[in-house]
Amino acid sequence: MSGQPMIELTNVNKWYGDFHVLTDINLKVAKGERIVICGPSGSGKSTMIRCINRLEEHQAGTIIVDGIELANDVKKIEAIRRDVGMVFQHFNLFPHLTVLENLTLAPIWVRKTPKAEAEATAMKYLERVRIPDQANKYPGQLSGGQQQRVAIARALCMNPKVMLFDEPTSALDPEMVAEVLDVMVTLAQESGVTMLCVTHEMGFARSVANRVIFMDRGQIVEENTPEEFFHNPQNERTKLFLSQILQH
Amino acid sequence: MSAVTAGSPKSMFDSGVLGWLRNRVFSSVPNAIISMLIVWLAVMTVPAAFDWLVTSSVVHADGTRECRAIDNGACWALIVEKHRLILFGLYPYDEQWRPLIVVGLFLALIGISCSRRFWNLSLIPIWIVGIVAIATMMWGGVLGMTFVPNERWGGLPLTLILSVFGMAFAFPLAILLALGRRSKLPVVKAICVTYIELIRGVPLISLLFMASVMFPLFLPDGMNIDKLLRAQIAIIMFAAAYQAEVIRGGLQSLPKGQYEAADALGLGYWQKTGFIILPQALRIVIPPMVNSLIAMFKDTSLVVIIGLYDLMNAAKASFVDPAWRGASMEAYVFVASIYFVFCFFMSKYSQSLEAGFARAEKR
Repeated sequence: MSGQPMIELTNVNKWYGDFHVLTDINLKVAKGERIVICGPSGSGKSTMIRCINRLEEHQAGTIIVDGIELANDVKKIEAIRRDVGMVFQHFNLFPHLTVLENLTLAPIWVRKTPKAEAEATAMKYLERVRIPDQANKYPGQLSGGQQQRVAIARALCMNPKVMLFDEPTSALDPEMVAEVLDVMVTLAQESGVTMLCVTHEMGFARSVANRVIFMDRGQIVEENTPEEFFHNPQNERTKLFLSQILQH
Repeated sequence: MSAVTAGSPKSMFDSGVLGWLRNRVFSSVPNAIISMLIVWLAVMTVPAAFDWLVTSSVVHADGTRECRAIDNGACWALIVEKHRLILFGLYPYDEQWRPLIVVGLFLALIGISCSRRFWNLSLIPIWIVGIVAIATMMWGGVLGMTFVPNERWGGLPLTLILSVFGMAFAFPLAILLALGRRSKLPVVKAICVTYIELIRGVPLISLLFMASVMFPLFLPDGMNIDKLLRAQIAIIMFAAAYQAEVIRGGLQSLPKGQYEAADALGLGYWQKTGFIILPQALRIVIPPMVNSLIAMFKDTSLVVIIGLYDLMNAAKASFVDPAWRGASMEAYVFVASIYFVFCFFMSKYSQSLEAGFARAEKR
């Protein structure tokens, strides 16, 4: 099993009606690897990572996560989802549950963890995202940055093998971006979890990514180490994109 | 909320009664006109109504004619004389303590179900005990109580049976229908859509009529389902179709992200629905749902057409008596006030529920 990639996408294609969102995506992600995916809006980057936990369905090609192939089998989909955590752009916390209940719901009901143990784990991760004092509040009482940190902790409570981040900082006020990125950097450095992160935070890409992937019009246009990606981009579209986001 | 404008020099017009009048009642010319119109309407109607209801009303008399001879207001003597007929219908007179207890049982059952402390599985045994107790008291035939066939049930207990059981059983059915209508399984979806559209496309009256007249024709000879039960089932089916659509509105108004977050955590369909989707969707639809429950409570009076003596029909029966002819207004005001008490309670309860949820989540 050791040589087997954590995630393997082979010739993945997806259409929304006539619109070809993903074209022949091939991607192998090794265990523990940290990948940043960037590209202009509408390039299919969110769609690609949402295919990995079947929030979106691909129409051709194969996706294999931790040795399980994604197909229409609900049991397999749920098995993959248990091991793949996701952090959304708009947090998607459950507003009718307290922070602690948000964190313990899935461990208790999906993993069948005893309640006390699930709460202890939840508190551990709340400490790690630096908001243990908010455990009994409701999401609506928290700031955007705090909510996103709760969302990260919620995903971590399931002890996932893979973490997917779908533009985790783009809905945040500027002053809150740093607190969320800090948590993500710490997570990348301290845990061995495989990370796929769609983001335009190039500082984050530089400091934690093993690989940066650039997507445009549903295709992977370029992939490279952060060093090479930023200093020596190969593709014209990558150069244009980098010049646009880095000129400020 | 203070109506005082900050910064302006205070005068006698900024506070007190005059200030309130100026700020709230006569703040502009159109507002002043509307206020005056409302005051005029009140002056025209309230004293006359008060006079009819209270000042000139007659409480003790032996019939409508005697009432009218005493004074020209409401003849409450009808209610004094006939209140037991209105409240309990044709239930045997000496046994009417039983339906009275049943009304008490209903109020207790409603009170318990409304309290959030009991919102868990303990409601199921409580309701089973409640239903058994109500059935025992109404039918009797045990514990030394005489048997009373349900053809003789009537009045308020009958209205409560039809409406409270109607709501209690329609609600879970409505949830299933609403979920089914959004299901990805084509057969389930088709069944739910067909059911909802068929029932919604038919007036309750015709449904009741079908249940009481047509339905027995389809049954094999010798098999007979009680008329009350048929009406009860018709009401449940009808209410469920309407509430299903209200609940579907709540399901659709939830952001897609809530479904996705639940999916991404690996929750199964029923876990997702039970823990994440329904608690939020039902909160959103409290106002329209209570609206349809209030409508349904009053719609039970349509069982008149199949000859059940509910509160409304019993009230009608009270002034059929030649001695009390012409006192229909009094009987209707009396039952209207009973309906109003229940509906107003539902309305207030829904407001307190909404406020309670809002307080908990956004402090």
